[in-house]
Amino acid sequence: MLIVEHLPVLLIVISMLAAFTILIVGWWNKKTSFFISFATILVQFVMSIFILRHVMTVGTIYYWFGGWAPPWGIEYVIDALNAYVLVILLALSLICVTYSKRSIEHELPDKIVSFYALFQLLVTGLCGVTVTGDIFNMYVFVEIFSLAAYALIASRGKIALKASFTYLVLGALGACFFLLGIGFLYSVTGTLNMHDLSILLPPLYGNRVVQAAFVFFTVGLCVKMALFPVHTWLPDAHSFAPSEISAMLSGIIIEVSTYAFIRVCFSVYSLEFIIEYVPIFDFLCLVAGLGIIIGSVLAIAQYNLKRMLAYSSVSQMGYIMLAVGLSVSTHHALWGGLTPALMHILNHALMKGCLFLVAGAFIYKAELWNISDLQGLAKKMPYTCAAFTLAAISMIGVPPSVGFVSKVYIILACLDAGGWKIIFVAVLLLSTLLNLVYFWRVIEMMYMKRGEGEEGHSHSSSPVKVDEIPLSMLIPVLTLAILCIVVGIIWLMEIPIIGSFPILDRVNELFGLGVYAP
Amino acid sequence: MMEWLIEELFAKYNYWISIVLMLIGFYAMIAKDNLIKKIIGLNIFQTAIFLFYISLGDITGGTEPIVSEEMIAQGYVYVNPLPHVLILTAIVVGVATTAVALALVILMYEEYGTIEESEIIELERERGA
Repeated sequence: MLIVEHLPVLLIVISMLAAFTILIVGWWNKKTSFFISFATILVQFVMSIFILRHVMTVGTIYYWFGGWAPPWGIEYVIDALNAYVLVILLALSLICVTYSKRSIEHELPDKIVSFYALFQLLVTGLCGVTVTGDIFNMYVFVEIFSLAAYALIASRGKIALKASFTYLVLGALGACFFLLGIGFLYSVTGTLNMHDLSILLPPLYGNRVVQAAFVFFTVGLCVKMALFPVHTWLPDAHSFAPSEISAMLSGIIIEVSTYAFIRVCFSVYSLEFIIEYVPIFDFLCLVAGLGIIIGSVLAIAQYNLKRMLAYSSVSQMGYIMLAVGLSVSTHHALWGGLTPALMHILNHALMKGCLFLVAGAFIYKAELWNISDLQGLAKKMPYTCAAFTLAAISMIGVPPSVGFVSKVYIILACLDAGGWKIIFVAVLLLSTLLNLVYFWRVIEMMYMKRGEGEEGHSHSSSPVKVDEIPLSMLIPVLTLAILCIVVGIIWLMEIPIIGSFPILDRVNELFGLGVYAP
Repeated sequence: MMEWLIEELFAKYNYWISIVLMLIGFYAMIAKDNLIKKIIGLNIFQTAIFLFYISLGDITGGTEPIVSEEMIAQGYVYVNPLPHVLILTAIVVGVATTAVALALVILMYEEYGTIEESEIIELERERGA
C-alpha cells in the first residue's frame, strides 16, 4: 500500500492531534498556537495536493479503517469530487490562518489559544465530511465542524452570542433531520456505507421510507447551507463572527454542506432516483432563483459592510444551488452536469474569502464597520482597497474574472436545459445588475469620496498618509484577489481549448451526468 | 377503521410516539421565547430521534447481543446492537450541542441580564440606535 493511500486518515488524525496539542502547549506559551496551527494546515494542504494528483493519475483511493472491509468497517473514499473540494478547503484555511495571526492578536488577545484549537477542530470537521465514505461518519463530522463554528462565532461576545445561538438552534435542527434520514435508510437497508447503500437502494426506490429519507436529507442540508428560505441564521452569524471565520463560513463551510448534498444525491441516491422518483431539482432551481434575487435585494438595503457581504452570500449560494439543480437536465460536454456548480464553489471561495478578509482589515485598522465610514479610504489603504475592488468586480462578473466565468457557464447551462428554465438567464442578468449596484456603492465610497479630514484643504499638497495593514494580513488578501483573476483566466483558457477540465469531467463521469439523455 | 387503527397505530406505536415527541420539541424550538426552553425543545427533538433508532433495533423477545455459535443454533434471537452504538455517538453530539448552547445562554445572561429572546432583541435595538 502506497503512503498516499494512508493520507486520507492522516489528514484527519494530525489535524485533530494538533487541536489538542495547541491547547496543551498553549497553556505554557500562547505564541506557539499560531505556528502549530499554521504548520499543520500547511502539511494538510500539501497532502491534499498529493491526494488530488494520485486520484487523477491512478484512481479513487479507498481506505479501510482498521482493515475492516466495508460494509462492516468505516471506509474513507476519495474520488475526484472529494479531492477537488479538499484542496479548495485547505487552501482557503491556509490563507485564513495566515491572516488570523495579527488580527486575532488584536481582536481576541486573551482567547488566542482557544481560537486556534477551535479553528483546528473546524478544519478537522470540514476535512472529515469531505473524505468519509460512511454516511453516519459524515453526520458526526458535520456536527464537529458546526460545533466549532458556533463557538468561533460566539468568541467575539455581545451580539455575536445571539447570532451564534440562532445558528446553533437551526444548525442542530438541520443535523437532526440529517440523522433522521440516516435512520430511515438504515431501517430499510441495514447499512451505512455510501457505496453499499447505492447498491442496495435501487430496488427500493419506490418505497416511501426511502423517498422520505431523501427529503429529510435535502431539508437538513439546506438549513446547513443557508439556501434562501432557511437562510435566516446566516446574515447575523457571518457579520458578527471574527473576519477570518466569516471568510471560512462564507467561503467554505456552506460549500462543504453543498458538497454533502451533492454526495447524498449522486453517490447514495442516483440520477435515476432524482429524475424519476423524487423530481426535486426543478423545485430547487426555483428556490435558488428566488434566493439569488432576494439575497441581492436585501444586500442593497444593508449599511454594514459585512452584513452586505453576508446577504450577498445568500444570493451566491443560490447560484451554486441553481447550477446543481440544472445539473440533471444539461448534456453538453463543456457546461453540462455539475461543472458550473463545482466551478462556482471554487470561485465563490476565492471572491468571498477575499471580500470578508478585506472587511476584516478595515475593522482591524480603524473599527470601520459601515459602508459610509469608508470614505476616501483608497488613499489610506491602497493595496487593501485594490484587492477589494478586484474581488468586487469578480462578483459583478467583469471578464476575465472568476465571477464572469461562473455566470457565463450557468447561463449556458440554463440555455442548454431549455424549456421554462430559460427564465433563469433573466434572473442571472438581473442579479448581475443588483451586484453592480451594491458593490459599486462601496467602490465609489472608497475611491470617489474624500476622507473626512481632507475637506478643507483638498488642494493642499499634503497627501494622505498611507497606513496599510501588516504584511501577514496583506499577503493573504492580495493572494486571493490575484487568484480571482488568474483562476478566471485559467478557466477561460483550459476549458474551451483543451475541451474540458479533467477534474470536473471526472466528477461528471463518476455520477453519469452531462451525457445522460432521458 | 378499526383495522387501520390496530395495524397502523397500535402495532407501530413506537414510531407514533417518537413523531409526537419530535413535534413537541419542534414546537418548543420555534414558539418559545425563553432561550432555555428552546434548548429543552432541541433536547426533546433529539431524544425522539434517539428513541426512534433504539426502537428500530429492538426485537420482541430478543436478548443482549452477546451470543455464541451454539446459542444461535438453539434459536436465540438477539437485538441489533448497531443502532445503540450509533445513538451512543449521537448522544455525545447532543450533549456537546447542549453544553455549547447553555454556555452561550450563560454568557448572554451576563451580557443582557435576561434570557428572553424578544427582550434581548429589544435591548440590542436600543444599543444600536
